Amino acid sequence: MMVPIVFLVLCLGGFFLSGLPVNFLFNEMVFRLSRNLILVLSLIIPVISGMGLNFGIVLGAMAGQIGLIIIMNYNIGGIGGLFLALLLSTPVAIFFGYLVGKVLNKAKGKEMITSMILGFFANGIYQLVFIVLAGRIIPFSNPNMLMSTGTGLRNTIDLNIVRKSFDGFIFSGITSYPIFTFIITILLFVGLYFFLKTKLGQEMRAVGQSMHIASVSGIDVDRTRIISIIISTVLAAWGQIIYLQNMGTLNTYNNHEQVGLFAVASLLIGGASVDKASWKEAFIGTFLFHLLFIISPLAGQNLMGNAQIGEYFRVFIAYGVIGVALLLHAWEKNKAITQLSDI
Amino acid sequence: MSLLQMENISKTYSGNQVLKSVTLNIKAGEIHGLLGENGAGKSTLMNILFGMPVIHSTGGFEGNMTFDGKPYLPKTPMDAMKMGIGMVHQEFMLIPGFTITENIKLNRENTKDTFLSKIIGPKLEKLDLPKMKEESKEALNKLNMTVDEYLPVAGLPVGYMQFIEIAREIDKTNLKLLILDEPTAVLTESEAAQFLEVIKNLSNMGIAILFITHRLDEIKQVTDSITVLRDGSLVKSIETKNVDIVEMARLMVGREISFETSNKKEIDLDEKPFLELKDLYVNMPGEKVKGVNLKIQKGEILGLGGLAGQGKIGISNGIMGLYPTQGTILKDGKEMPLNNPREMLNNSIAFLSEDRKGVGLLLDEPIDFNIAYTSIEIQEKFIKNIGPLKIVNGKEIKSHANKMIEDLDIRCTGSNQYTRFLSGGNQQKVCIARALTLNPEILLVSEPTRGIDIGAKKLVLDTLVKLNKELNMTIIITSSELAELRQISDRIAIITEGKVQSILPPDASDEAFGLAMAGKDISEVVD
Repeated sequence: MMVPIVFLVLCLGGFFLSGLPVNFLFNEMVFRLSRNLILVLSLIIPVISGMGLNFGIVLGAMAGQIGLIIIMNYNIGGIGGLFLALLLSTPVAIFFGYLVGKVLNKAKGKEMITSMILGFFANGIYQLVFIVLAGRIIPFSNPNMLMSTGTGLRNTIDLNIVRKSFDGFIFSGITSYPIFTFIITILLFVGLYFFLKTKLGQEMRAVGQSMHIASVSGIDVDRTRIISIIISTVLAAWGQIIYLQNMGTLNTYNNHEQVGLFAVASLLIGGASVDKASWKEAFIGTFLFHLLFIISPLAGQNLMGNAQIGEYFRVFIAYGVIGVALLLHAWEKNKAITQLSDI
Repeated sequence: MSLLQMENISKTYSGNQVLKSVTLNIKAGEIHGLLGENGAGKSTLMNILFGMPVIHSTGGFEGNMTFDGKPYLPKTPMDAMKMGIGMVHQEFMLIPGFTITENIKLNRENTKDTFLSKIIGPKLEKLDLPKMKEESKEALNKLNMTVDEYLPVAGLPVGYMQFIEIAREIDKTNLKLLILDEPTAVLTESEAAQFLEVIKNLSNMGIAILFITHRLDEIKQVTDSITVLRDGSLVKSIETKNVDIVEMARLMVGREISFETSNKKEIDLDEKPFLELKDLYVNMPGEKVKGVNLKIQKGEILGLGGLAGQGKIGISNGIMGLYPTQGTILKDGKEMPLNNPREMLNNSIAFLSEDRKGVGLLLDEPIDFNIAYTSIEIQEKFIKNIGPLKIVNGKEIKSHANKMIEDLDIRCTGSNQYTRFLSGGNQQKVCIARALTLNPEILLVSEPTRGIDIGAKKLVLDTLVKLNKELNMTIIITSSELAELRQISDRIAIITEGKVQSILPPDASDEAFGLAMAGKDISEVVD
């Protein structure tokens, strides 16, 4: 409980220093929450299955971007295009999730570092496909997406045809807030809550607590872990699509890179740990992390006369909170091993 | 009629026969005790009965089994469970973060249909918590347990956990045979008494019980018949009322041992002890030491024996400071620092670990460096000074290693061979060579013959005796094999439940050893 409280205090302090109007903050927060909640949500199931923080959601984000690139290529816009992107990205994400799950089953106990490195590795392949092969071997019918040489996708692709189509679906006439996105997000959170009460959810909790006991009880541990990662990857793909339709532009080679880091930091700030997380932590953490994101540059400007300071500060926080969470986890594990008093 | 018949069961692990034509019969509803030392083949027999994967991945077994009148050949534990065989393992199979209900119902949860489960499959059925609670309560009631079934298991007393494990087994509706592997080892006396009551109740309900334990009085108290195994062979199957505790101990340990008593030295216990342990506690997982007091005289070979998990291995590891340790260690009257392996080495105490490959050897380094590195580190042997630099003297190491290879008859292609590729016996000899290079006053040896063939065993043991005789080295040898302790030790301390149970001369009777390992003194039983 300490971590969220510390960050709440930081946010309050930063809020007064920044002098930002509450109105502006509220608007910003609404959009940031709608953009990021599903990505953070995607981390919860692997934590419950004992696989730690799944930095491999980067692959899910790539799957989402692949879905968007396909609909942009065929110029299918609007809400129909967006649903098509969600639909197309799903099998890709399932495939990626299956591969990640397979690899993580070979690296039991080292899932976090493995999934992080897998993310870097997948990034290399992603670049190979979209810088070298796109336009040369993979045909693109929309020349606007390619660089002027005819090979390789552009650095930024304008998603104007699907921009905010999901956010504004049904409710665009009434309000500019992303109501539909919130409804879907809430449905997913509720779905997660019920999922954990099913047989499969119970099996995941059992596997997360002890793989050995689960397998002796007849639970197929490896399969359960793979399903857990697949669900995570698919949610991340959807989350990334919803994130990008709100932003309106796709940074082809950068957007997915930080997804894992920021989502993990958000979850940890909410008070989650490597082996414990729930929807509450996802929500509180996302809120605090992004609040800090908005106010820290201005607070830095007002405090030190330099907006860069605030910028440094928030990068420092993102990495710092992950490092501290991992350290605390290691300490607790060590403590459990070396106590003499429990003889 | 027999519920379970196991006939002529034999099992070989990579050329090593661990079960020789063993036969076991259990009648419906009876309590049957299975007795034997470590390595007698009890676990292997249970693994076969319970269909553990380790049996089939090592080539299966020979013999026939019939259960409930039908031929029985389990390939997985699930097959065994389906037939109505349940097992309570020695280590708890409970998930600490789950409630009692969730543990009892693990992977057998009551569920209800949901909309999604009809489309996707039964995995998405919702858990029926009220039903689960009700049935768990029922199972717990059968055991006279009044504990709230929604409590998490973590934090419950160990005695309760044992009962929860049993509740889980009897909740399986078709349970006919329950295997209990050392169930009372973790229980306090009153808990154990309650536990034995429960077992009798279960037996009255018609469930047969196979009870594995080394507490002979419990066997005597509750079982209807017993089977004794020794060295993988059946010694005797007998009705409990026809046998007493002393006889059981003799059946368990007894074997022909050829040792030359002329070898033994008289140990003068009135002399000042060379090494003294006072109230030593060691937290080594699985081998906890709980207050050992021992006096070791200069020049003796002291054997530490006892069953696995009782703490004998923890003593040497604790002296060396490899696991958290409390208490006092006096060497020659001087107090030694605890939890400091380097200081122990500096004080001329060397250790051959039971974990030869993990702690004993640098597997990817050649023999000569393995022999020399502790001496280089501790005593600055094999080092020449060139100005301010200290350089390892490769030539000297090599010639020393070659001498050791010759002395100890290490079979290898040369002193530059990697230790990974040596056989177990030769690896052990490299470890001994390393300890000898330190030229210690006290040598701690832990399980020196584990995983070594018979010929090499003899060589290793002879080497230890020779060192003791020629260099007057004090040796403390820990071993699970009582026979080898009796062969070379001057005195043998039997460790039970983390404490010294009794110190026996090597030529004491089999009964005395058997009873000591079961936590009894022969005098109190015979009276």
